[in-house]
Amino acid sequence: MTETAPIIRFEGVSKHYDSFQVLKGIDFAVARGERVVVCGPSGSGKSTLIRCINGLETIGGGTLTVDGIPVTEKTLPKVRARVGMVFQQFNLFPHLTVLDNLTLGPIRARGMPRARAREAAMRYLERVRIAEQADKFPRQLSGGQQQRVAIARSLCMEPEIMLFDEPTSALDPEMISEVLDVMTGLAQTGMTMVVVTHEMGFARKVADRMVFMDHGEIVETAPPEDFFTAPRSQRCRDFLDKILNH
Amino acid sequence: MRALLLLPSLLLLSGCSSNWGWYVVNPATPKGWLNLKFLLSGLGYTVQLSATAICISVVVGLLVALPGLSARKWPRRLSRTYVEVVRAVPILVLILWVYYGLPQITGLSLSVFWAGVIALALSDSAFQAEIFRAGIQSIARGQYEAAYSVSLNYRDTMSYVILPQAIRRILPALGNQLVYMLKMSSLVSVIGMQELTRKANELVVSEYRPLEIYTVLVLEYLVLILIVSAGVRWLERRLKTDERA
Ligand SMILES: Nc1ncnc2c1ncn2[C@@H]1O[C@H](COP(=O)(O)OP(=O)(O)O)[C@@H](O)[C@H]1O
Ligand SMILES: [Mg+2]
Repeated sequence: MTETAPIIRFEGVSKHYDSFQVLKGIDFAVARGERVVVCGPSGSGKSTLIRCINGLETIGGGTLTVDGIPVTEKTLPKVRARVGMVFQQFNLFPHLTVLDNLTLGPIRARGMPRARAREAAMRYLERVRIAEQADKFPRQLSGGQQQRVAIARSLCMEPEIMLFDEPTSALDPEMISEVLDVMTGLAQTGMTMVVVTHEMGFARKVADRMVFMDHGEIVETAPPEDFFTAPRSQRCRDFLDKILNH
Repeated sequence: MRALLLLPSLLLLSGCSSNWGWYVVNPATPKGWLNLKFLLSGLGYTVQLSATAICISVVVGLLVALPGLSARKWPRRLSRTYVEVVRAVPILVLILWVYYGLPQITGLSLSVFWAGVIALALSDSAFQAEIFRAGIQSIARGQYEAAYSVSLNYRDTMSYVILPQAIRRILPALGNQLVYMLKMSSLVSVIGMQELTRKANELVVSEYRPLEIYTVLVLEYLVLILIVSAGVRWLERRLKTDERA
């Protein structure tokens, strides 16, 4: 049964900031192993949408389940154990070395012995091709390296779902591809991924499905080939025009 | 600035030429040496008093600051009220109240040392709470979010992610508070604590040489505080290189 049930399911999810409605009745599901790319204009609610999934934002109405668990204050530990997140600003812990950034969660939250956590961390650092920087502090690394460390830090918690909120938007252009390469590699392992990005080359290559948001609504959702060649809504066409021809 | 330094130098020099009596603290004479030792014997208490009080006030300050950062209203109000009330009481008054007043309520009498420690710590904790609050608030939201994303709970997030960063940032302010505490500990002399100031007062009564003895007292505090400041600066540099080098 769990094979076919969606791993993430939004049902009529809404959210307000005072009188401003950020999410307007979102219905949206992600299948296990699916890669979804979310795009849309700035302020359309993309970050809010994915931050609800690991409870960094609370939902106002509707239901949201992750792996069948309703996301509430009480279930947060269970939900967060299943979900990893990568941020636009990396958010590495600046007072800890790269290796300690990776092992903090496994040691403190999962009670893993230090030696085993370090071993696992080194494996993930190798996977993001940055093992030689293990003893450095975040500020000694370039933006691209920091973001790869952030990805490895999430993977150390062995999540079932990875969320990415504009992971390359804060990077210098020459560093974008090294991060996207790591993400592409991750997609090939069968990880469930929800990625907010405007990197349409990456989206075409990796996404199973595109989601276009505007004004707190999911306006359009389609496989990439249809999405890029024949967007149905005018809003989506305008948006694609803007980001593809600049 | 120069004029400011000139004035006391002139005073000292003029004193030397006329009727200053440095003999009272002249280490070359047996009497002067004894007096000097007597004055310095208060140093241990001054340091112990201040060190114990600052340790307690840092802990209390943190415990007061944390509810002050709560999303809920009541913990915030409680924290706010504590800070406002404690900050409004003069330290000297607090010392007298803790030493003479508190035993009447609680029924157990406090030693001069512990009365001093409690009063100093209580008074300082309000400032520590404000320092911690500002320090913790200066840490970006993203740090909490990253910590929560790797499944840390609130306690571990504070202990391993937020506070270590906040403490590095507030270290200069904590250093200032320690210096302030060393100076304020002189007030505990009024209830008979045998620290630096009390020793000086007692010697003045027997030797009647206030100018020389209080000058030595000034120098004692000056040297002590310069050493502490240098120590704090060293610690700051060390923690910074931890993060950068
Ligand atoms: N804490 C907040 N308080 C008030 N408004 C907010 C808050 N966070 C986000 N918003 C508003 O919600 C809207 C959606 O934000 P966001 O989800 O960050 O959009 P996106 O990621 O698509 O740019 C924006 O208009 C933003 O100004
Ligand atoms: Mg955003």
